[in-house]
Amino acid sequence: MIPELGQFALIIALCLSLVQAFFPLAGAWTGNRTWVRLAWPAVSGQTVFVFLSFACLMWSFIQNDFSVLYVASNSNSALPVIYRISATWGAHEGSMLLWIVILAAWSVAVAALSKNLPELFAARVLGVLGLISFGFLLFTLETSNPFERLIPAAIDGRDLNPLLQDPGLAIHPPMLYVGYVGFAVAFAFAIAAMLEGKMDAAWARWARPWTTVAWCFLTVGIALGSWWAYYELGWGGWWFWDPVENASFMPWLAGTALIHSLAVTEKRGLFKSWTLLLAITAFSLSLLGTFLVRSGVLVSVHAFATDPERGRFILAFLVTVIGSALALYAWRAPLLKSDEGFGKVSRETFLLANNVLLVIAMLVVLLGTLFPLFMDAIGGGKYSVGPQYFAAVFVIPTIPLVLLLGLGMHSIWRRDNLSRISKRLRVPMVIAVVLGIILPWMIYGTPSIMTVVAIIAALWVIGSSLFVPVIGLLDKTQKVRITRSQWGMILAHIGVGVFILGVTVTEAYSVHRDQALRLGDSVDVAGYTVTFESVKPVSGPNYQATQATMEVSRDGKSLMTLHPEKRTYRVQRNPMTEAGIDARLHRDLYLALGDPLGNDSWSVRFQYKPLVRFIWLGCIIMALGGLIAVSDKRYRVVVTKTVKEGGREALAGGKG
Amino acid sequence: MWRFLIPMAVFAALVWFFNQGLGLDPRKIPSPLIGKPAQEFSLPVLGEPDRKVAMSDYRGQVVLVNVWGSWCVACRAEHQVLLRIAASGAVPIIGLDWKDQDEDAQAWLRSLGNPYTVTLVDEGRVAINFGVYGAPESFLIDKQGIIIHKHTGPITWEAWQQEILPMVVKAKEAT
Repeated sequence: MIPELGQFALIIALCLSLVQAFFPLAGAWTGNRTWVRLAWPAVSGQTVFVFLSFACLMWSFIQNDFSVLYVASNSNSALPVIYRISATWGAHEGSMLLWIVILAAWSVAVAALSKNLPELFAARVLGVLGLISFGFLLFTLETSNPFERLIPAAIDGRDLNPLLQDPGLAIHPPMLYVGYVGFAVAFAFAIAAMLEGKMDAAWARWARPWTTVAWCFLTVGIALGSWWAYYELGWGGWWFWDPVENASFMPWLAGTALIHSLAVTEKRGLFKSWTLLLAITAFSLSLLGTFLVRSGVLVSVHAFATDPERGRFILAFLVTVIGSALALYAWRAPLLKSDEGFGKVSRETFLLANNVLLVIAMLVVLLGTLFPLFMDAIGGGKYSVGPQYFAAVFVIPTIPLVLLLGLGMHSIWRRDNLSRISKRLRVPMVIAVVLGIILPWMIYGTPSIMTVVAIIAALWVIGSSLFVPVIGLLDKTQKVRITRSQWGMILAHIGVGVFILGVTVTEAYSVHRDQALRLGDSVDVAGYTVTFESVKPVSGPNYQATQATMEVSRDGKSLMTLHPEKRTYRVQRNPMTEAGIDARLHRDLYLALGDPLGNDSWSVRFQYKPLVRFIWLGCIIMALGGLIAVSDKRYRVVVTKTVKEGGREALAGGKG
Repeated sequence: MWRFLIPMAVFAALVWFFNQGLGLDPRKIPSPLIGKPAQEFSLPVLGEPDRKVAMSDYRGQVVLVNVWGSWCVACRAEHQVLLRIAASGAVPIIGLDWKDQDEDAQAWLRSLGNPYTVTLVDEGRVAINFGVYGAPESFLIDKQGIIIHKHTGPITWEAWQQEILPMVVKAKEAT
């Protein structure tokens, strides 16, 4: 009964999404205010039914209703309740429903916070969101119905993929999806602006906080995925350039470019058509991510559902949504003129460089991800693009990006000159270079040229970000006023620096060793002595495991005991590695238990990973910066004031 | 203002590639076994451990070898289709009960119906020779004992009618 209720709710939501799409857009076109106002109740109604449907699915999981095919395939009565809940989005059908739920949540947020927006504009935004929701609801009901019954019912379920039975992966998809789907709001804003044929500073000010919040969630979501892969996959890697990872990284790169381009559109009324294109691109890449993962055009270790029928539907959907958006763009963008120019050296130039480099980085990832598909499609054979390509090519746009970042932050709008900026930033520049050369030598040992360059870049970003606050602290004669949105920028850029530091040091100085150990043997790794003390069987709610006890000591002094495990889940039988990790801010010790080799001997993998925590810490700092920027009070001022000021507003942001 | 059409052109090119890509199955690393003779095997029949059936017993007939297990949810979905195929009498289906408990498998066939001409018990060795990744998988074998088609995942009614049945008909006509 409950599953049928869920499906019925989904059908009602489909009808309401059509109402939400049609009436506001048609009403805004014809000037029918009654139709326009239907947007708000339609959004609320759709959301109620979407959430109801989701709750029904979750209920079926909690109740172990194995007469539902999706539940039978992805859960088991021995599965702990918390994972039964997260199993709701553990596979294709449920994650589509999660997508829809999150889109509904975003739509309701836009509807609730749209009082400051002109009614027609807000209605158009909601209408576009309704169209997207309609597409996804139709897709789910047509090709991926999570409520399909299994008759006769299974006695017990097939269990959730053991890889997903982990707190990190329980919250990773929701976070990631909040980010992905959030770009739908930026996209809807862009479409609404093109439909109106008008795009001013006020528009950018409305679009900015939505975009930034989506970006923050995406940042955290990607970081969570990377953290999960690190401790769960048992290889100690934190990023694999896997198609599914790339699918989340490309919208992030486009979204980052969009955030910066929006800044220019807000402050100076420039880059208008470019901003529109980036808004379309960021969301298109989110859709593409969904498409790549679900359709089966690309293989990946993460892809759990591949089905060409679904692929065709999504492709048709992509063509409709992106194709019409780009057609609208080709028609309307030429009308958006910016009458102002900017100097060769100015904040605009730096932000333009930022945008170009980020887009190049995005294209590099896109090319690497799709290359196997390109080759296969033209009959060139089966290819796979390895991490070597990405690692080698990705740094080409990112190194100049990071070096310019420090300068750009301190440049002013309209016209500036390089000698002024570099004179001002002499101190952080010298500190970064000196420390960047000395520190790795002192702490970790001989670095390569690339390592030195990357560490200098990281220190340079951190130093130049801290420059203004430090001046404010030291020099009381200068009145330094830093707005929240500037604090946000400073923090986010420090996050970038911390991230680069983590990546560089981890990649350059990690030590890892695979070795066969017998009980009682010891091995020395990076100054630590690891002793293999014992193995014993342990059992969890739905798995059996072999747990090792390993003693870690340094200079004869015992430091800690780690317990790496090798688990076999009862239903799906595949072995899983639970690494034993001692995590400190300055380094991780990572022990993973391999296979038994006979005679009490096991293969064991040891890793010493300096600063690996900085990778995720950097991401968290970036996201935090974004959230602080959004809390800036100018996003809360009433609309009448902002419209009057128009595009020529304040140089204030320029002091940075 | 032609430059505003560039994004559209790029997108159109991408769509073309995706459309091509959809027709290709990335997991279908073309099975090296297709066109090769099926490995000879001799396996005990389910429920009659003393009776053995060999691949060569079916020389001269077109057969569909279906790898399944009572532990496999996808097989349950496929089962209805297999019953319909068996009822149509188009081709004998040899079941390869893979990594399964005999009692479970027999209970499954009793409660869901038995589409198999004969069900053989395989601990895993034979499935490996067929290059099986996971159940269900099916292999179409012609009169000379050559594997002519491999179907990965559950056979749907559409796949049966559009892909497999025409091949069965063709293989039967061949001498």
